[in-house]
Amino acid sequence: DTVPPQVVPGADPSARQLCFAWGPAEVLVCETLFGRAGGCRSRCLSRCPSRSRSRAERGPGAAARALTGSVAGAGEGAPSSSRVFVVRRDQDIYIQTLRKLFNESHGIFMGLQRSEEELAGKSRKAQLVQVSKNYRSVIRACMEDMHQAAVSTRDPALQGQYSTQVSILSAMELIWNLCEILFVEAAAAGPLLLRLLDWVRLHVCDVDSMVREVLSSESPSKHKLFWNVVDVFVLQGRMDEARHLLSKEASANPASMNMYKILDELMKKMPVPSLGNTQTLTELELKWQHWHEECQRYLQDGTFASNPHMESICKILLGDEDAILEKKELMTTWYHFLVTRLLYSHPTVKPMELRFYAQSSMDLFLGGESSPEPLDMILMAAFEFEMHQVIKECSIVLSNWWFVAHLTDLLDHCKLLQSHSLYFGSNMREFLLLEYASGLFSHHSLWQLGVDYFDHCPEFGRVYLELHIERIPLSTEQKALKVLRICEQRQMHEQVRSVCKIMAMKALRNNRLGSALSWSIRAKDAAFATLISDRFLKDYCERGCFSDLDLIDNLGPSMLLSDRLTFLGKYREFHRLYGEKRFPEAARLLLTLMTAHIAPCSFWMTLLTDALPLLEQKEVIFSAEQTYELMRCLEDLTAGNPDKQKFQDDDVETTKVEMLRLALARNLARVIVKEGTVEGS
Amino acid sequence: QDNRISIWSAGDLGNAGLNGEYHGEPHLLCDIQHNGDVMDMQFLDQERIVVASSTGTVTIFRHHQNNQTLSANHRWEKAHYHVDQDTSYGGAACTGVVCNNPEIVTVGEDGRINLFRADQKDAVRTIDNADSSTLHAVTFLRTTEILTVNSIGQLKIWDLRQQRNEPSQIFSLAGDRVPLHCVDRHPNQQHIVATGGQDGMLSIWDIRQGTMPVSLLNAHEAEMWEVHFHPSDPDHLFTCSEDGSLWHWYTSTNVSEKPSFLHQGGRSTAYLSHSTINQSVVSAWLSSDPTKDRMEITNLIPNQTLSVNSLDVLGPCLVYGTDAEAIYVNRQLFA
Repeated sequence: DTVPPQVVPGADPSARQLCFAWGPAEVLVCETLFGRAGGCRSRCLSRCPSRSRSRAERGPGAAARALTGSVAGAGEGAPSSSRVFVVRRDQDIYIQTLRKLFNESHGIFMGLQRSEEELAGKSRKAQLVQVSKNYRSVIRACMEDMHQAAVSTRDPALQGQYSTQVSILSAMELIWNLCEILFVEAAAAGPLLLRLLDWVRLHVCDVDSMVREVLSSESPSKHKLFWNVVDVFVLQGRMDEARHLLSKEASANPASMNMYKILDELMKKMPVPSLGNTQTLTELELKWQHWHEECQRYLQDGTFASNPHMESICKILLGDEDAILEKKELMTTWYHFLVTRLLYSHPTVKPMELRFYAQSSMDLFLGGESSPEPLDMILMAAFEFEMHQVIKECSIVLSNWWFVAHLTDLLDHCKLLQSHSLYFGSNMREFLLLEYASGLFSHHSLWQLGVDYFDHCPEFGRVYLELHIERIPLSTEQKALKVLRICEQRQMHEQVRSVCKIMAMKALRNNRLGSALSWSIRAKDAAFATLISDRFLKDYCERGCFSDLDLIDNLGPSMLLSDRLTFLGKYREFHRLYGEKRFPEAARLLLTLMTAHIAPCSFWMTLLTDALPLLEQKEVIFSAEQTYELMRCLEDLTAGNPDKQKFQDDDVETTKVEMLRLALARNLARVIVKEGTVEGS
Repeated sequence: QDNRISIWSAGDLGNAGLNGEYHGEPHLLCDIQHNGDVMDMQFLDQERIVVASSTGTVTIFRHHQNNQTLSANHRWEKAHYHVDQDTSYGGAACTGVVCNNPEIVTVGEDGRINLFRADQKDAVRTIDNADSSTLHAVTFLRTTEILTVNSIGQLKIWDLRQQRNEPSQIFSLAGDRVPLHCVDRHPNQQHIVATGGQDGMLSIWDIRQGTMPVSLLNAHEAEMWEVHFHPSDPDHLFTCSEDGSLWHWYTSTNVSEKPSFLHQGGRSTAYLSHSTINQSVVSAWLSSDPTKDRMEITNLIPNQTLSVNSLDVLGPCLVYGTDAEAIYVNRQLFA
């Protein structure tokens, strides 16, 4: 249909200025406080090429206030509440029954991309034709489902929607089928006509019910629509079926037996192109000329004069345009008329000649009464072999990029599209695929299909993917994992880091320290691991015990990710050793933590305080060396900031330092004695 | 978002065609709306299904077979939540559910383990902060013990009879702490456990001994989402993965293929019979050298594209679902 792009209902550009902002899948349109200071009407929404209908939804009022706040100023428009509209482009992806179409066609698309150039020549063509047929069967399957849904639903609005979808899908299949015949298969003169006949038979089905009715009646020849059905068969080139029906009439009406016999002979002998190479075109033409002349003779002899039905059939066989045109209602469309004409006047038509016949057929059929519809224009463009025109027209008319994206991709694989650079650098195929895939990304679950489409857009696919994949809402960990896997497989390190950071922060906020750590390990994010360790240490300082021991005790090699994390692990080990009363080892570990500078300076005091009970043990644990080291650490710590010390009237701190000094001195004394003593017995 | 729980009929067994092949596609019997993503589900009994949601809710649905409808029978809202149960935002995804009628155990992203009974309104027992990271899957080890796996690569055994909120045993992988996503226990030999990891590795554990896995098998190229032993024929194992493949692992304990020195002489014969008895008891899964015993691995999906998220197997039937929104039913698994 030819509805121009709709303005967002409710947003009136003539009343006030509108501003808009692009999102990844949506457009926000906002009314500003500024009135319209003259000037042209602006059509907002949908980017160029302008096309498709969009649905608008009212956005939250709070956002509107925020926006108007920012553009408040001198304005002519009267202040009133402003609204924000969320304009979503691709409504179709939310239609439940179309999901099958998207999923299945994704599978076919991937199969096509992977089947690159393995075969050549005829077998490649056969392969491409098969792909085209697969696409079509998916469209048909979807049509079936949609039809079922339309029949079974009780809601009239839904029913209307489904019926519209069915007709759209049927039109898509019609166009695709024609493109398959003309472009993919590139049928040559001869088989071309046969394919076109099949095409017509498949798609003009308004007459099917009538045919069924007549055939199933008791005596078909008595049925009032009998001759209509015979005409239908003749017009569609279904000779055997026509002859079969005519025989019934002949047996019922012996008087016309002669006429019937002759007509039957003519119909039987009619030369048709064959699919195999059994005859050349010239042979066919010759035979056909003969046959044509024979029909001519019979007609002029007045053989069929007494039976107007049979006479008109004979005229049709002769390709008489007027006779064929009389049966307009049985053909219903101009392309049916075209094919019938070709069948009975130029069966050896060449592909390049089609355009002339097509144009004249359409003119004759429509006869100036009605103007061609968009579908007619698309088909005409196909007959004229204007592929780009076909794609362009389809893009304008259809509300979704699915059709043009997949068709263009297929045609590109047939090497039929010249690489036709568009203004912004990519070619048509890539542009359409990018648009289609971008539409998929706004869906909460179909975005996974979009990833594969981006992969096969060599120039801009990666950039688009990088931008889109960061904006997928990560509602569960499983979804985040899928996103991560996609990014990792494509070496998108920035995105990996970004996703892991988001998930880690979320986990941290929810106090899931183990999860946060697991995310930072995945991203190899040392900085975040440090953050988490600091959290643990802070908890320890506040509460005096460790939380999440199962995590800290089992860090394993991931401990090495960040220094702070290593410290945490080792510190916990120290506590464990102490708990198991393995004091010498604990002491050694404690010392290493300080001397090897694994521990952050802020923690040294705590570590030294932890050393106190070890110093106070009955048994001497620290050796002289170790005691000297400890003293040095203490001095380093206290020597750091003498000014600060003066201002601190923190008795606890000074007491601690003093106690430490005392303990260290005592320990030193004991250990010197011990080490100096010769071990007796 | 419109998520639904659906029941499909994969056709009657009596519908086989001339050469015994099954014809016809699964068709939908009934469905019902579900709030949030379905993270896991399991049949509680013939009629009831327990479903874990990404909103943290656990629901029991009843399938009425006489009129082919589904209804929500019971719901535990906010079974899993972060921080505070009362805040509206804060539900945590429930990642795994396992049933042993009438008991239901669920685990979630909040590191919590819940024990429900089908007829009781509140949880029988809740272990808060059972784990500091996300619990990905749970399964029963014995009627009173469960196994959980988490995202820091640990396999934990919990004894539900005990009141303390600590696992009775913790196992972990040696190297990097790769998250584990799925777990399943051998149906007959309860000490054999299989887990699947984020790197696609299949690990077989003997929980009677050691804290490390018995064998590590490099399998898939991406996360392994589910692992299942065949319930009646446990020499068969099935795994599915994010990389779009579904592998069928078959290990045989065929004694006749043992090296010939065992067949020689009188004393060896006695030795042989002794060892054959032992061999038939020790499952081939525990063999430390998977190349010695025969292990066949088949990829059941010819053209893989998107992830296979879930699978289940019973008798000769295998069913699995993919991210391409397709369900596949294979009714002749061992043909």
